[in-house]
Parts: sequence; C-alpha cells; structure tokens
Amino acid sequence: MRAVRRPTLARRRRASALALVALLVLLATTAGRLAQVSSASAADTGAHATLVDIEDEVMCTQCGTVLNIAESLPADRQRAYISDLVAQGLTKDQIKERLVDQYGEGVLAMPRNEGFNRAVYLLPVLAAVMALGLVFVLARRWRRQAADEPHAGFSLDGGEALSEQDDRRLDAELAALDP
Amino acid sequence: MRRAPAIAVIVAAAALVGLLTYGIASSGTDTTIDSALARGERLRAPDMALPLLDSDATGSIADFRGKVVVLNFWASWCEPCKQELPLLQKTQRNLEGRNATLLGVDLEEPERDAMKWVRRYGLTYPSLRDLDRKLARDYGTTSYPETFVIDRDGRIAARQRGPVDQAWLDATLPKILAEKG
Repeated sequence: MRAVRRPTLARRRRASALALVALLVLLATTAGRLAQVSSASAADTGAHATLVDIEDEVMCTQCGTVLNIAESLPADRQRAYISDLVAQGLTKDQIKERLVDQYGEGVLAMPRNEGFNRAVYLLPVLAAVMALGLVFVLARRWRRQAADEPHAGFSLDGGEALSEQDDRRLDAELAALDP
Repeated sequence: MRRAPAIAVIVAAAALVGLLTYGIASSGTDTTIDSALARGERLRAPDMALPLLDSDATGSIADFRGKVVVLNFWASWCEPCKQELPLLQKTQRNLEGRNATLLGVDLEEPERDAMKWVRRYGLTYPSLRDLDRKLARDYGTTSYPETFVIDRDGRIAARQRGPVDQAWLDATLPKILAEKG
C-alpha cells in the first residue's frame, strides 16, 4: 500500500512560478492597453470628426448614458450642437474641448488620461494584482495548514502523515525500484 | 488563523452591501432642505462661483448679499422651465426697487441654446451656468424647474419643486421681502 504523499518542493516552486507569469502577463496586457488608449488620443488631434465618432465617447449629461444610445430632448440638443461643430470643421479633440466648456467635465465618457485621472485606468489593475496576490498568499497558507493536519488516508504508522524527510526517502526508494 | 479568511470575506461582503445601499440611497431626491423648511429652519444657501451666461465673468449668490434672491434652476430643453420664464421676468420687474432679484441657474446646455430663450422673453435678470450640475446637486435638485427663495441673510427661506405660479409667488415673497435681515 502506498503512503499518502505531500506536494514536493519542486511542485510548489512550479506553482509559484506559474502564478508570477500570470501576474506579469496581466501587467503587460494592461500596460499595452494604456499605451493604445494614449496613442489613440494622440491620433485624434488631427483627425476629421464625425458625429458618430464622437457620440460614443461623450455622455448625455441629463440622461446619464452615452450619447449614442440616449433618446431625449437634451440628447437631441447635444447632437445638434456637435453636428454644428463638425460642420465648422473642428477636430475631435477641439469638439470635446467645446463640449467640456459647455457641459463640464462630466460630458466625457472616459476621463482624460492625464494627471490624477490616470488613477481611473491604473486602480483596476492594481486591485486585480492585489487580489491575485491575496489569493496566492491564502492558497499557500491553506495548503500549509492542510499539510500540517493529519491525513484521512492510509499512513504507514496508522495515524501520522509522513515527514518531509520520510517523503524524500520514500521517493528515492520508489525510484530505485523502477527498471 | 483559520478564521481570518472567513472574516475577510464577511468584511468584504458587508462593505459591498454597504456600498450598494449608499448608492441606492444617494440616487434618490435629497429632501434635506424640505425637511429643514418643514421644521421652520432655514439652512445656509449653498453657493459657488459659476460662469455667467453671455459673459466671460463669473458670479455667485454672494454677489447679492443683503438682497432677497429668487434662485431658479432651468434649462431651455425643459418645457415647463420655458413656460414659467414670462412669469419670472414679470416678477423681476416687480422686485426692482425692493432690494431683491431673480437669479437663474442654467443647467448643462450650450450657451447659445439658453441665450435664444433669454432674448425671446427679454430676460433682464442674470443667469449662472451650472456646468456639471454641481450647484444643483448641492441644492438637492434632480428635476427642473426648481425655485428657491434666499433671504437677506443668505439662508433658504422657501422652495418650490416644479414650475412656480402667481399664487405661490404671492403667498411666499411678500413676507420674506418684508424681513429686515
């Protein structure tokens, strides 16, 4: 009959490495997305604007929804105002500036990626990283606690789990039996 | 030690429920001013410097210290707001010489839209432009129009949800105008 075996040090190190890789992938993905948002904003500066371009990036401030799905008189007025600015040949950035002048910062669907507003983009990432870190720490602690408890399964001496030393010895002996 | 994760989960769940409750509660109409008025109490009128309509300058309620101010939240896309404008302009004429004034607060619209109606009704009282609805939020205003009467000491003496009418003005203004301050 085989004794109950605890996870080896190598397996634990593999699990830690995998978790670290997952964290790094998450960070890299988010950094890439942030760079994409920044470069898209930079690209807006010279682009010719259309109403369709803009109305999914601004809010109907009275409706509390994005303008492209808002159906109300204030939303219609807002669209008319944007259309007039488009007809004047203003760029997307210029139109957004005018909207902020008339309606306040709340008209932007996404906060500007500058200064303190960057926190809106960074905080979710930080929260995810902290949550993953917490899960990692708790998982290790639970596994250690589980390892410290007596096993329900069969054990050599009828009640106590194998120590790490005995576990390694058993591994070596079993390996010696292999052809 | 085994209890720590369970406690963390309970605290997190309680925090989430608390946040949801706060969100629901705070999205309703603010009745703080109504409750105070019902008790016969006059709260200090919230104030902030805001851009003036059709001007590069800013203004605030404090600019009219010592006067009775009839503060009216409005927008040109709001039909009842537009319907009461002629009555408000008539009231402004009656307030001249009595150390009192109308003060409009135009909400979240391009200046040109508001000015169209200012010119149409020949409004002679000033309007502030409440971008982001910050002042409206301080007054607990969620629907328009709403009118507040601020006494000479800068406290809210009366409030009308919805359009005002002559009867309400006749019942409300004379006694506040008669106060010395």
